[in-house]
Amino acid sequence: MNRFIVPVVVFLVVAGVLYIGVRHSPDKSTMVSALLGKPAPAFELPVLGAADRQFRSADLAGQPWVMNVWGTWCAECRVEHEALLAIARENRVPLVGLNWKDDDESALQWLAQLGNPYSVTAVDKEGRTAIDFGVYGAPETFFIDAAGLVQYRHVGAMTKEVWEREFLSRLPQRGLP
Amino acid sequence: MKLARNWRVRLVAPLVVVALSMAVHAVDITVLPDPVLQERYDALTQELRCMQCMNNSIADSPVGLASDLRRDVKEQLIAGKTDDEIRAYMVNRYGNVILFTPPMDSSAAWVWLLPLVAVIGGLFVGIRIVRRRSKLVDTDDSAVEAEDTNR
Repeated sequence: MNRFIVPVVVFLVVAGVLYIGVRHSPDKSTMVSALLGKPAPAFELPVLGAADRQFRSADLAGQPWVMNVWGTWCAECRVEHEALLAIARENRVPLVGLNWKDDDESALQWLAQLGNPYSVTAVDKEGRTAIDFGVYGAPETFFIDAAGLVQYRHVGAMTKEVWEREFLSRLPQRGLP
Repeated sequence: MKLARNWRVRLVAPLVVVALSMAVHAVDITVLPDPVLQERYDALTQELRCMQCMNNSIADSPVGLASDLRRDVKEQLIAGKTDDEIRAYMVNRYGNVILFTPPMDSSAAWVWLLPLVAVIGGLFVGIRIVRRRSKLVDTDDSAVEAEDTNR
């Protein structure tokens, strides 16, 4: 009896470690942002459709806001577009678009055809702001709180459920008007 | 058959094969002015993970993000940043997962220690088995002697 205890315990330990490893393996849907709890990178980029205007992230300081990284080359962005439009209709928080490595004409056409959920879209043609945010695949959506800290990053298409569970819950409760 | 005997075909065919195989490796054709920087560039881009295609390095991934990260590595090398500063830049944005060799901190310690534990455990078990067997021989050596005399 005794001689079986050690191998069984070793087996269980190894199985446990492997189980944890498999559960936590780098998976696109579970990768947490390295920026969580840290200040969102400040950036200044041209506004889509208004090349003479600049969007400054500093302009949104003091209030929570949401940034959605998208591109017309990104199929999942098409999937989440309806959800973004519904979110925009709620009008709870500024929704900033980050048009990532795209061309302005296609982006403008996309918004004209499908509707524009963004209060403003910043153009990140070189992908530098996306790298500062640790973006590795569109679509990604960031929640930045009133203190300017990144509180959540969702990778993949936005849905009503994700919005309510991870984003709305992080907004300060709004009193009735 | 006639074709293969033609010396021109014999000469050109291997060249075509070599040229085709080179095209596969021509993902990154960045050339830095300084050979030392080039060496550091090649090493760094090999050890940074392409976040979109998990098991490729940014050196051999053709996706847009990898080429953007290579551009950042190149710019920072030319700006005089050290290798560690460039690694820190990447880790601050993407986390330790971007390094193929994660640092040995508390969260990753078991990754490093487990093989060591396994080797030491294996040695321990092996030594015990050998000891037990040699003890058997010590206590009952008649059979061995008998075998020896039979030879």
